[in-house]
Amino acid sequence: MLELIVISTLNGILFGMLLFLLSSGLTVIFSMMGVLNFAHASFYMLGAFFGYQLSRWIGFWPALVIAPLLVGMIGMAVERYGLRNTHKHGHVAELLLTFGLAFAIEEIVAMIWGRSPMDYRVPAALDFPAFSVFSTNYPAYKIFMLAVSALVFVVLLIVLKRTRVGLVVQAALTHPTMVAHLGHNVGRVFMLVFGVGSALAGLAGVIAGPSLVTQSDMAALLGPILFVVIVFGGLGSLPGAFIASLIIGLVQTFAVALNGSLASMFGPLDPGMGPSVLTDIWNVTIAQIAPILPYLLLVLVLIVRPMGLMGTRET
Amino acid sequence: MNKLIIAVAAMLPMLGSPVWAQDTVKIGYIDPLSGGGASVGEGGLKTFQYLADELNAKGGILGQKVEIVPLDNKVNPQESLVQAQKAIDAGIHYITQGNGSSVAAALEDFVTKHNTRNPGKEVLYFNYAAVDPALTNEKCSYWHFRWDAGSDVKMEALTNYMKNTPSIKKVYLINQDYSFGQSVRTDARKMLAAKRPDIQIVGDELHPLLKVTDFSPYIAKIKASGADSVVTGNWGQDIALLLKAAADAGLKVNWYTYYAGGAGGPTAIKQANLDHQVFQITEGIPNAGFKPAIDFEKDFRAKVNMSLWYPRAVNEMRMFKAAAEKAKSVDPVKVAAALEDMKFEVLDGGEGFMRKDDHQFFQPIYISSFGSLKADEPFDEEKTGWGWHMVAKVDTAQTIVPTTCKMKRP
Amino acid sequence: MTDTATPATNIPTAPRGNNLRFYGMWAIGAIALVVLPLIFSSGGALTSFSLIGISIIFALSYNILLGQTGLLSFGHAVQYGLGGFMAVHLMNAIAAHGWFIPLPLAPLAGGVGGLAFAIVIGWVMTKRAGTVFAMISLGIGELVASSSLILRSVFGGESGITTDRTALPHIFGWSFGPQIQIYYLIAFWLMISTIAMYALTRTPLGRVCNAVRDNPERVEFIGYDPHVVRYIAFCLSGFFAGIAGGLAAINFEIANSAYLGAAQSGLVLFATFIGGTAYFVGPILGAILVTYLQLGLTSVTSVWQLYFGIIFIAIVMFAPGGIAGIVMMHRPLIRAGTLGTVIPAYLVSLVPTLVLALGVILAIETVAHYAESQGSAFSLFGIPFDTGSPLTWAAAVVLIVVGFLVARITWRRVAEAWDRATTVARERGYLA
Repeated sequence: MLELIVISTLNGILFGMLLFLLSSGLTVIFSMMGVLNFAHASFYMLGAFFGYQLSRWIGFWPALVIAPLLVGMIGMAVERYGLRNTHKHGHVAELLLTFGLAFAIEEIVAMIWGRSPMDYRVPAALDFPAFSVFSTNYPAYKIFMLAVSALVFVVLLIVLKRTRVGLVVQAALTHPTMVAHLGHNVGRVFMLVFGVGSALAGLAGVIAGPSLVTQSDMAALLGPILFVVIVFGGLGSLPGAFIASLIIGLVQTFAVALNGSLASMFGPLDPGMGPSVLTDIWNVTIAQIAPILPYLLLVLVLIVRPMGLMGTRET
Repeated sequence: MNKLIIAVAAMLPMLGSPVWAQDTVKIGYIDPLSGGGASVGEGGLKTFQYLADELNAKGGILGQKVEIVPLDNKVNPQESLVQAQKAIDAGIHYITQGNGSSVAAALEDFVTKHNTRNPGKEVLYFNYAAVDPALTNEKCSYWHFRWDAGSDVKMEALTNYMKNTPSIKKVYLINQDYSFGQSVRTDARKMLAAKRPDIQIVGDELHPLLKVTDFSPYIAKIKASGADSVVTGNWGQDIALLLKAAADAGLKVNWYTYYAGGAGGPTAIKQANLDHQVFQITEGIPNAGFKPAIDFEKDFRAKVNMSLWYPRAVNEMRMFKAAAEKAKSVDPVKVAAALEDMKFEVLDGGEGFMRKDDHQFFQPIYISSFGSLKADEPFDEEKTGWGWHMVAKVDTAQTIVPTTCKMKRP
Repeated sequence: MTDTATPATNIPTAPRGNNLRFYGMWAIGAIALVVLPLIFSSGGALTSFSLIGISIIFALSYNILLGQTGLLSFGHAVQYGLGGFMAVHLMNAIAAHGWFIPLPLAPLAGGVGGLAFAIVIGWVMTKRAGTVFAMISLGIGELVASSSLILRSVFGGESGITTDRTALPHIFGWSFGPQIQIYYLIAFWLMISTIAMYALTRTPLGRVCNAVRDNPERVEFIGYDPHVVRYIAFCLSGFFAGIAGGLAAINFEIANSAYLGAAQSGLVLFATFIGGTAYFVGPILGAILVTYLQLGLTSVTSVWQLYFGIIFIAIVMFAPGGIAGIVMMHRPLIRAGTLGTVIPAYLVSLVPTLVLALGVILAIETVAHYAESQGSAFSLFGIPFDTGSPLTWAAAVVLIVVGFLVARITWRRVAEAWDRATTVARERGYLA
């Protein structure tokens, strides 16, 4: 039992931190610009594919730097030539633009790299077990992912809360004209913010690619859960996203570890009743529904507290 | 906007009346050709086109040319029905499909209804890969023929192999939570209990289909259970991520799988470095050492630039030709009658037969492991340098399972 | 989207002649529905028309939320799918118990199913509008789609629940086996639902919905609770979505989890938005176009999803009012009689724009075919191309660059002509 608890906690934290790495860029963009970027997971996918391609050409470590920059540049282009023109039509139009973008990016990636999974490997320098607990190995690469996520969290917090740049960015959201009068180029600030957010997604892609499956449908598979994280944590709140990621990571891992169902708690139903909704619900195990628990959490949180765990505003 | 106009103009023939020549046998190939499943669907399409070319080179079927008509269903049941209707409008009397039990169930139902409501315009449905046992049991139809071994048939073969493998003592079952995964799990429990009551089932897990991104908690459970073997019907990313997570955590077990050989699977196994620890149950493998099959595989790889995923497709097309020749007609009703109880020499050697009771094709089944190749094994997979090594061949007689099918015959 | 919404709401004050035209439009629609299958009688055409009819109802029901009440939903397929399941269960029950309920009433069961779910879940969902509503709908959508695989006894797992529509009592000697009879059944419900939904936009409730969309605070001041208004709109929208789902279930004779999924929700959003949310006809146009593209484009190109994405992005960026928005923009010009002055500019710009589009299509198809199998040949509009040859790639680049440069000049001309025409229209008092 202790073994299961320790290992589940570790796995939960590892997975939660990966989720945070993925959603940090999304929450930065939202908190700064108020844009809910549906294409965020697509930028993450682009990061993974660029990382894969570059690490074949020039190695993993240069790719770790260059691929996020490339993705960031694409993000800036999207902001400059797409979102900026759409801004006047309101947030829904912006959201729909990124929705269409997600469609297009998936297909473009599939066109160039095909639809089969890529052979994207963990770099040799990190391909060893870091430590083992109860004879379960923890690969060094996962620890590396954890470290990067933690670093991103700290750096983002400092930049946003403690530096001049962060203040300008936050002011530009609420008082764009005032900031412009003070001599800052608001358009460029937004472009940079969007670029940084996309680059973070790209970074997550480069790092998560070898550990998950690098494939053209990876964006569609991960996209919804990222929204759960940032909405659950509170739209636009970085610490909220951090906590939400950890909670979701832990909830999912522990749910998998549990075999309990209503049938195992209260005993099986009378078999004479035949199949019905009740027997379905009675026999389903917590492990079976683990991956849909986040959505349940999301709906519950939004009903009880529409601003999310640590959010400050509602829309 | 103008683009739309062009696209619309290009599609106008869709509404027109179908044009088709009487001297071709058209087979509607209904599988995903766009979206997530496209790589699998494209592979199948290339296979069938190669097989049509092969038949045509030898004079076609009863002197008629064979043509494969690709129809994209996006692995969506409703879309598949629309495509099937399109095929029927174009004068197609044979459709073949493989990906997705839900699609197969919808198509089987559709074909049955269509044939009842439109006598004289019958359509046959050749299933080459959907393995849900329901298709040949409670949902069975006279108009449906399956060349792939149903998941129960494969489990029968696997458990007959396990029966004679004393090293297997503790088995863990992990499957996707839908009808196919569930049938794998219930069949495994039932058959193992009957054949090897000493084997302990130490875990029985169902997880949602294609929704899990992190399998390490599952691996932790498998490890805690002390299993020496895992049986799984997982496919796609669910098998790739499962194996990767196992390798990461240093779990040493033998994996008995249905679909580890699917697109991307071999790459994942090689990445995880699970040399000869992953087994697969199939109706044919390239390295079985049967001369005609080796020649076929060589030619196929040279021409199509992929390995033969579907030996059963070869059986399907060749048997179709044989049945049409036996019936002396390409009329679907006569072909269907000829196919019943037909015996046939399969691609990898050995005899199979199409059981009359449920239209399930029975054939020798192979258990193979994936890993580094021996000198006499010429074929690797996905350019990994690793390939399938034959572990056991289960004869046709050892794969027979009962059926509950009560077929309505015309 | 909110501020561009000035629906064609001036009709009540319009003169009598307009009344005639108004009923004429509906009559023409009804006649077209009856006559259409007589002209295109192939099975494929009938199937296409049936699907288009279903998606029109679905898209119109979605627009009650998006266009009229300003609620962006990512889970509208939930009500559609539940309607489908409801209809299938009812049909199976009728067949099993031998009740005398003919098939044409089954879609109503679908509507009740969609409505019931909306009543149960809607109150908490519609507490907030905007992003919160969008995210809850996304979460509910995922939850219901996932649960449909777990609750097998109701949803039949991933293979779904089948039914036989001919097993129901026949009326007027119709067995409802042949597709043509199903087409007329769908056309009947299409007409009824469309009239009902149109009438809804004219009721005080419909107007309050618009007000809630535009300014919920002021609605509160005049004594309405926006939450209640949103809730009612959500329920009505769920009812019509359920009817569409019920019709789909009759058409396919199967209901399965694909009905409820995110893809279906995304598709209806596409259709409604492309058609234009600000006008009643918008979703109709969008549903026709998107269903047609979805059926036809897939047999023409394997990368249809990319074209979908591009079309969608283009609409969002350049014509946020959708197709209906573009068409309606010209109404004041027609009235002012200045439409003629912009048409030459349109025609001139059409050529380079077509060239540009052709270049983009050629580039996409070349890349797609090249990636599939290096150096293969394909044909576009009957012209053969070789992906391996640099000539093809060069042709695509030249078409795009030249097309874009020339088109940009002509677009400017269009803008100038447009400005002139609207100025005149404004002077003549047809444009505010």
